[in-house]
Amino acid sequence: MADLEAFRKDVQAWLEENCPPSMRTPMPEEEVVWGGRNATYRNPDSKKWLDAMGAKGWTAPTWPAAYGGGGLSKDENMVLQQELRRIKARPALNSFGLWMLGPALLEFASEEQKQRFIPEIVRGEIRWCQGYSEPGAGSDLAGLQTSAELTGDHYVVNGQKVWTSYADKADWIFCLVRTDKTVKHDGISFLLFDMASEGVSTKPIRLISGYSPFCETFFDDVKVPAEQLIGEVNKGWTIAKRLLQHERAMISGMGLGGALSGATGQTLAGAAKEYLGDDGGKVADPIVREHITKHNMDSKAFALTMRRVQEEAKAANDVSATSSVFKYFGTELNKRKYELLIETMGTKMLGWEPDDTYDAAEIGNTRAWLRSKANSIEGGTSEVQLNIIAKRVLGLPD
Amino acid sequence: MSFVLSEEQQILRDSAKGFIAEKSPVTELRRLRDSKDANGFDSALWSQMAEMGFAGIVIPEEYGGVGFGYRGLGLVLEEAGRSLAASPLVSTSLLCTSALLIGGSEEQKKTLLPEVATGSLVMAMAMDEGAHHAPAKIATTADKDGDGFTINGTKSFVLDGHVAGKLIVAARTHSEPGDKTGITLFVVDADADGISRDRHIMVDSRNTAEITFKDVKVGHDHVLGNVDGGFAILDEALDRARIGLSAEMLGSAQEAYERTMDYLKERKQFGVVIGSFQGLKHRAAKMFCELELCKSVVADALDAIDERRNDVPQSASLTKARVGATFNEVSSEAVQMHGGIGVTDEYEIGFFLKRARVADATFGNVAFHSQRYAELEGY
Repeated sequence: MADLEAFRKDVQAWLEENCPPSMRTPMPEEEVVWGGRNATYRNPDSKKWLDAMGAKGWTAPTWPAAYGGGGLSKDENMVLQQELRRIKARPALNSFGLWMLGPALLEFASEEQKQRFIPEIVRGEIRWCQGYSEPGAGSDLAGLQTSAELTGDHYVVNGQKVWTSYADKADWIFCLVRTDKTVKHDGISFLLFDMASEGVSTKPIRLISGYSPFCETFFDDVKVPAEQLIGEVNKGWTIAKRLLQHERAMISGMGLGGALSGATGQTLAGAAKEYLGDDGGKVADPIVREHITKHNMDSKAFALTMRRVQEEAKAANDVSATSSVFKYFGTELNKRKYELLIETMGTKMLGWEPDDTYDAAEIGNTRAWLRSKANSIEGGTSEVQLNIIAKRVLGLPD
Repeated sequence: MSFVLSEEQQILRDSAKGFIAEKSPVTELRRLRDSKDANGFDSALWSQMAEMGFAGIVIPEEYGGVGFGYRGLGLVLEEAGRSLAASPLVSTSLLCTSALLIGGSEEQKKTLLPEVATGSLVMAMAMDEGAHHAPAKIATTADKDGDGFTINGTKSFVLDGHVAGKLIVAARTHSEPGDKTGITLFVVDADADGISRDRHIMVDSRNTAEITFKDVKVGHDHVLGNVDGGFAILDEALDRARIGLSAEMLGSAQEAYERTMDYLKERKQFGVVIGSFQGLKHRAAKMFCELELCKSVVADALDAIDERRNDVPQSASLTKARVGATFNEVSSEAVQMHGGIGVTDEYEIGFFLKRARVADATFGNVAFHSQRYAELEGY
């Protein structure tokens, strides 16, 4: 414990010196850092902060130092996260490499592949995207058809992916490809390649929110060196499933807390008092008040459950398949939050562009409401999660 | 605090599990019901539970208990809930013991707590007066009378009131029904002159009593805490009881759920087990999520008591509402998924449905605690 306190002092001193003051303020959407070869920085401090954290390995605090990670124990990482929260530090890097690919590489990649790919994830030098879903393979992901044929020392990839997040901005892709057409799950491999390769093209998809975070991605005779296949040929489904667990953990966190992404840290109850009136300290509309109460109780119970499962995982109790519980419950909770916000804000949440009547925060909530509809679809639909729980946890037969 | 049980707590849970499963399965509740047992619980079993240390589990060693804290009591209650074991754990070891620990004089604690711990004294809290839990809505009066007080009024839904040796009575010494001030708690002999007790067998086969006080004289030394200051003690004790009862309800809900999952895997229709139908699978998976949430709120709330955290009231209302709603839903679904046999008396699943509704009504139902949670959170 004394060691941890010494570590805390070191962290405090380091943050004091390396976290620029502007990185301790609320982060506007346009200053979110995704890194990568073509990254631009609206605020130059964002780059300084990323470089400092990346060099220290603290963008990936618990990954081994040998691959550029922070090499911290879980307890040390807890101290680091506490100190980052204390100074309200912005996340130095948002990255699918950190959240999804890195953990899978640490588990399944060869030593050479780890040395090659992980350090640049930690430093935010390469921005990754995920090539999973296809037009004919959504919930039935293993039905994917994008093919990779081995020709000499390289694969030739042909096919189409869809719902590729930020494919138009990404440097590299981690991609599920079919290397055997005669079987289903056992014919899938996990391949990494450069999005600048000849034959790769992307087309953004405009969503109901008006934003285009996803793309259609096309592969036309893309040549990929054979050493960029992770694990064994035709054993990619195991990696794919593990990576999905990391993805679900990431998405389920969205339902947490009362803070609203579009507004300035306001809570549902606070918004309700503002838009519906305050009746002696209570939200004036009793029905909306009841809905908010139920939501907040669920949200609090969900946060406690995330904490319980983390503690139990640390104590090595069995917590398998809980990622589906979190994915299902967290995303449904997040969707409910935005529905409640419409109930609360009325037409103030039904504008489209900011103007004299509708401020940016209100429009932000409107767009976030529409965005939330994808939460229970991406990373496996709610229905798929319920099937997984029924099969893997409850043992109910097919 | 920790969600993970210590080794001592694991041993306690395992011994409670083994003991209750062997001595008090659901068939025992049926036997008590069908034989119209005078007590509504097995006195010999209660003595054995006291010998195991369960009766005085939160009572400090200096008063004859084992000092295992509320997390410990919660583990025992959860196991008791699994087999719907009827015992004075909730009335005596949880609620009245908490009131004594919070507001009792040294003299009261020294006299009463050791008797509770040995299982020789059953106690009951006489507070509610109507069909709904409303601890401030007390009309029963305690008028100043010389050195003491005279109590008049009627209490309903008094858990174990028919067999208790002592009652804690909430009576009004000041103000009007609904006011939180002006309520005083008294420790009264249950067979004192002027007290009449009517036993009521509830739908869950457990007992409560309607108790009438007619000119019951008590001395000033019977006051628990301060005159007019009873509500604060009562509310704090109730919060602990709400959390402890939630632990029992969690055990019952999990048991009803697991029995239902077993049934889904064995019952065949259309040539396949019914658990293969997606219409049932998704409902089963959703309930699994709800139960996971309940486990977290119960463990956190029990820890909140033991650590004397200042959010015990919020935790209590969150927990009682969350677990109450889940137990209601799980028990209803359990009956539905069992189909025809689910509504037969011969099958045990109906006992869980009945218990769910009584437990929900006890110490405030889902609506009561949702309302209270919103108030405590400032909206």
